Amino acid sequence: MPTTTTGTTTTTAATTSFMLDDFLVRAALAAVGVALPAGLLGSFVVWRRMAYFGDATAHAAILGVALALMFELSVLWGVVAVALAMAAALHALEGQGREVNSALGVLAHGGLAAGLLAVALVPGGRVDLDAYLFGDVLTVTRGDLVVIWGGGALVAALLIWRWSALLTATLNPDLAAAAGIDARRETLLLVVLMALMVAVALKVVGALLITALLIIPAAAARGLTRTPEAMAGVAALIGGVAALGGLGLALRLDTPVGPSIVCVAASAYAAIALAGALRR
Amino acid sequence: MLNDTLLIAARDIAARQGGRPVLEGVNLSVGKGEIVTLVGPNGSGKSTLLKVMLGALAPEAGRVARMPGLRVGYVPQKLHLDSTLPMTVRRFLDLPVRAPRAAAEAALERAGVGALGRRQMAELSGGQFQRVLLARALLARPHLLVLDEATQGLDQPGSADFYRQIEAVRDDLGCGVLMVSHELHVVMSASDRVVCLNGHVCCEGTPAAVSAAPEWRQLFGTGTGGALALYRHEHDHAHHDHGHDHDHGSHDQLHA
Repeated sequence: MPTTTTGTTTTTAATTSFMLDDFLVRAALAAVGVALPAGLLGSFVVWRRMAYFGDATAHAAILGVALALMFELSVLWGVVAVALAMAAALHALEGQGREVNSALGVLAHGGLAAGLLAVALVPGGRVDLDAYLFGDVLTVTRGDLVVIWGGGALVAALLIWRWSALLTATLNPDLAAAAGIDARRETLLLVVLMALMVAVALKVVGALLITALLIIPAAAARGLTRTPEAMAGVAALIGGVAALGGLGLALRLDTPVGPSIVCVAASAYAAIALAGALRR
Repeated sequence: MLNDTLLIAARDIAARQGGRPVLEGVNLSVGKGEIVTLVGPNGSGKSTLLKVMLGALAPEAGRVARMPGLRVGYVPQKLHLDSTLPMTVRRFLDLPVRAPRAAAEAALERAGVGALGRRQMAELSGGQFQRVLLARALLARPHLLVLDEATQGLDQPGSADFYRQIEAVRDDLGCGVLMVSHELHVVMSASDRVVCLNGHVCCEGTPAAVSAAPEWRQLFGTGTGGALALYRHEHDHAHHDHGHDHDHGSHDQLHA
């Protein structure tokens, strides 16, 4: 795929083809490195109907970016810290056993607005907001790759380690308690993983589309599978294919990569849903 | 705190649900091989008490002592499966601990749903679903089986059949059983001990003793004299003709 797109990337005309390959390889690795763990985590987001929760956590990342720039800290840790704080606050809210959907909506959009406000207040005003809202995978560095694959591997490893307990807690908290599983603790793990995933995915798809990358491949995989594990595996696969396909599409059409990836994933969802409807 | 014959014992439990006090000063214990049934009107705290016993809800006061290493099998009243979660019957049996293939097949067979392993949980009928829930609970070879109105949605013969199976399981595994039931006539025939709950324990004892208690009459009316008669009747005949027990119109007597 990279070889067919050489002519369209005009901004790097002066670089050698070796370098060109290198940045494309880095972009592809980054996109796939995010999509694979997102497929696994996304399945739980779908099963537990945590989409709003994901939005609120992802939107908080923009606030994290702004605060990190204001205080001249690492953007990555700023995002991790604020996303974790948002996730923990939401978790505490849910723990009170009240209906939290409207509160989640307030936090999700209030968090985004506060983030945009804070970005505007960053001294110098030199923040490339688009990169944080929609991702900027073509400028991924080797250091970013370490963060993406390291963070992604951590998310995937923790999910697989706690898989059975997480699944039981997702099914029914009382069923989990009877088996000696603390459903609240498992939920907290998911919440922490969500914050990590947001930090890992920010560079690739941006804060606005992270939830899409979590939900769409999992929702697409639902129509093809009969067990939870199959659904998560197929979701990761669809995510990976959408990541590469989206990158190829973006290079061909000269469009932003993050939205292109999500469009390819959404097309896969539509195709699978249509095929399922026709078969019935 | 527990003597040798007790599996679980709750002492002086007080609990709230949604900020409302539901239980106050409740004591409840289940011994090895004993079938204990909780009865009580709606909102009397039966399900809350089960949650406390399971450890799913922390009581406000009191404590629950468990036999060390106690394995609990739980059959919920209703298990909501989100439509986005694909789940075959066979996969469900592996939650949370993977069951060996032979054991899983035997469990389904014993529950009378042997052919359904590859089916989706969402496609099962109410009765099949409850039997699969029971099969899963039994796979852990529990010391204590906890059932929360496990026969909701089953018809009369179906639920009678289900409770006979519980008794068979108790005889088979030697486990204790703690259940909540609305079906007084079944309760009377299948329980060793009945605990009548209404925020507190109003009366407790063998089915015969409890149905003679004034507190019981107050809650369930004097018509439950019929339940006692039925209890004796069913108990006498419990071992020969299953289909025949419920054809006496005696169920109506319960509500008379």
